[in-house]
Amino acid sequence: MKKSVIIAGVGGQGVITAANILARASLKAGHNVVTSELHGMAQRGGNVECNVRIGNVYSPMVRRESVEAIISFEPLEALRNLHKVKRDGVVLTDVNPIIPPLISLGIGDYPPVEKIFEEIEEHCTLIKINADELARKAGSILTKNIVMLGAFHALGIFPIEEETLLETIRESFHERYAEANAMAFKLGKEAIESVGDMH
Amino acid sequence: MELLGEGKKVLLGNEAIARGALEADVDVATTYPGTPSSEIADSLSAVARKMGEKGEAPFYFQYSVNEKVALEFAAAASHAGLRALTCMKHVGVNVASDALMTYAYIGCRGGHVIVTADDPSCHSSQNEQDNRYYARFASLPMLEPSSPQEAKEMTIEAFEISEKLELPVLLRTTTRISHARGVVELKPLKMTSKKGKFEKGGLTVTVPEVARKLHPMLLEKMERARELSNGSRFNFIEDFGGEDGIIASGAAYNYAREAVDDMGLKCRIFKIGMSYPLPEKKIIDFLKECRRVIILEELEPIMEREIREIAQRNDIGVEIYGKGFGKLERYYEYTPDIVYATLAEFFNLEWKYEGDVREAAPRPPVLCPGCPHRATYYAVKKVAPKDTIYPTDIGCYTLGLLPPYKTADFLLCMGSSIGSGCGFAYSTEQKVVAFIGDSTFYHAGLPALVNAVHHNHNFVVVILDNFTTAMTGHQPHPGTLLDGMGYEAVPMDIEKVVRGIGVKHVEVVDPRNLQETMEAMRRAMDFEGLSVVISRAPCILLKSKTKKEREIYQINQEKCRKCDVCITRFACPAFYHDEGGNVRINEALCTGCGVCPQICPFDAIEVKK
Repeated sequence: MKKSVIIAGVGGQGVITAANILARASLKAGHNVVTSELHGMAQRGGNVECNVRIGNVYSPMVRRESVEAIISFEPLEALRNLHKVKRDGVVLTDVNPIIPPLISLGIGDYPPVEKIFEEIEEHCTLIKINADELARKAGSILTKNIVMLGAFHALGIFPIEEETLLETIRESFHERYAEANAMAFKLGKEAIESVGDMH
Repeated sequence: MELLGEGKKVLLGNEAIARGALEADVDVATTYPGTPSSEIADSLSAVARKMGEKGEAPFYFQYSVNEKVALEFAAAASHAGLRALTCMKHVGVNVASDALMTYAYIGCRGGHVIVTADDPSCHSSQNEQDNRYYARFASLPMLEPSSPQEAKEMTIEAFEISEKLELPVLLRTTTRISHARGVVELKPLKMTSKKGKFEKGGLTVTVPEVARKLHPMLLEKMERARELSNGSRFNFIEDFGGEDGIIASGAAYNYAREAVDDMGLKCRIFKIGMSYPLPEKKIIDFLKECRRVIILEELEPIMEREIREIAQRNDIGVEIYGKGFGKLERYYEYTPDIVYATLAEFFNLEWKYEGDVREAAPRPPVLCPGCPHRATYYAVKKVAPKDTIYPTDIGCYTLGLLPPYKTADFLLCMGSSIGSGCGFAYSTEQKVVAFIGDSTFYHAGLPALVNAVHHNHNFVVVILDNFTTAMTGHQPHPGTLLDGMGYEAVPMDIEKVVRGIGVKHVEVVDPRNLQETMEAMRRAMDFEGLSVVISRAPCILLKSKTKKEREIYQINQEKCRKCDVCITRFACPAFYHDEGGNVRINEALCTGCGVCPQICPFDAIEVKK
């Protein structure tokens, strides 16, 4: 068994934390796990990508068209990583663009979001959720990464019991965030279940 | 704390090295922070602080002023009989190399592990030098892990080897090892606190006569190291049939090992973990049993050259493939795609190099909203002539390179802003304004400033004092109140240091007051001779850690004339155009630093009520 997911987003969105939670939950569920991340100059509002791989794996890095899913916290970051997801894979993305600051200075171009979604759909299955809205509903925009984990869990790609994942989330934050995080996870999960069985 | 747990844990490669040091009962750990090495020391700092709260920490930890001092400190600890760890990024070894080259001669007593974290592809570095050369250059053993588990085990083994040979041992990681997470099995911690004793009278003063004695002794130790390498459990062979061989190390091994499964390759893999000296006997046997061998190593063809030499000296007719074959280059890190495509060619298999990379607008790192460096750069650009030369230095402020500031013209290494500033001031008639951060100033800027004072070079040094080593994760430095163990330290005062070495024109400004900062910059530039402006305000990320009530700002749309100065000149990431073309401030990003109201010509930026 070998399963890989890319978690992508913008520095400050909680991407590395989400990857870390998923990795620790994977170990708890009895899987071998490897991940990759980048620190330092690579952060500071720049794009962030983490790979989380479980099963019979050695490499923290992934090949083109080799991962089961991308969990993207931002549409452009889904597109940036699209070449790494399998043709029969899934892109799960939030719908709210964060415009890179250089674009305001006339460097680069942010394509219309619909265009990004079309391009993803040409490649593989696309699932969109408004994670910002769900996170605010759960009590704080900071729970966005947990919304995304809840949604990813509902896709059933990583064989991890829900309770194992929830327990790891509880252990990762102060008690006072437990309620908001539990709500965020539930809202993320329900968002996928309401979309129906797309995968 | 995950690092102090037991059983199986998911650890970062760097955390695994820290854990290895703790399991090996390290006594002294020193560093200067640098990506991708920082979390090794940060983990030890956190452990020292946590255990210090409950009494005495079982080891001493120090963020030293630079890598050379870190190494010298630990070398002394080793000669007092203690176990020592020193970690740094690859270019940090350049700074420490003056000590390192002679340290190899005198050797060590207590085990000493020196970690070099290399950065192929320059993810957060100014070059991608291959520090495996340092093992050859200094004549020191080197171990190279491929996973966090190995990183922990090799750290412990490196202490053992170091004590056996009485030589410091290099542990070399790369970004993809240091910043990979994996499952690590934790063994019991042996943490005891102790002091050592220095035995006088050894061959530890390297005057020429002593040095001449020591060099052959070093070479003899390395012969014994070669024997250890032949017997090392980190140099092992996996047999998947066939008569072709792969020799791989570091990250490349992971890609090769997985390719064997995915592509069903019939081959034998020789995984090299103790990479210097190479296990010559084992390699001879391996080469003799193979028809063809491919060598997978990132960056320089170091193993390849040595293995070719071994084959030639031993008259082995095996075909050896390496750099230049398939997609193997001497630059950038390897990727699974590169290794799979290369192995496909080597094994004559059909393998599609799939998946086109999509065009996506770049999202480079930028100065944070509220970063005081932005205000400093804005003020300097307002008063400096257009052809002003801006030598810059290593830190977040290197991002001044980006538009619209473009306040970075020349960069070599830590401290080079001031050294090159001296050179530009002499060699041109342009104005020169050098930028350097507080931690970098102490690290390598100070001797250069002494040089500038002594020779009375005519330029401006702007010291960006944000009270921390921001880019690598907010480590303390000689100007901070606490040290890496959380103990009270003696904080340097940059202003007194600068005045004390004889700079005549010194000003201290808060860059968040733009008018005052512009005036100070103008005075500094008009001054005949060397001038220093200390631009002082805390890193905004430090500030948000002690978050108070913050006032955030908004645009008064009635006053805004859409001149876009805030977007195109000040360029705080909190500003954006909405769909109607109006300028807005993203409330979630605004830190309330209060600088932008000072740059708006129409007073349209107001506190949000």
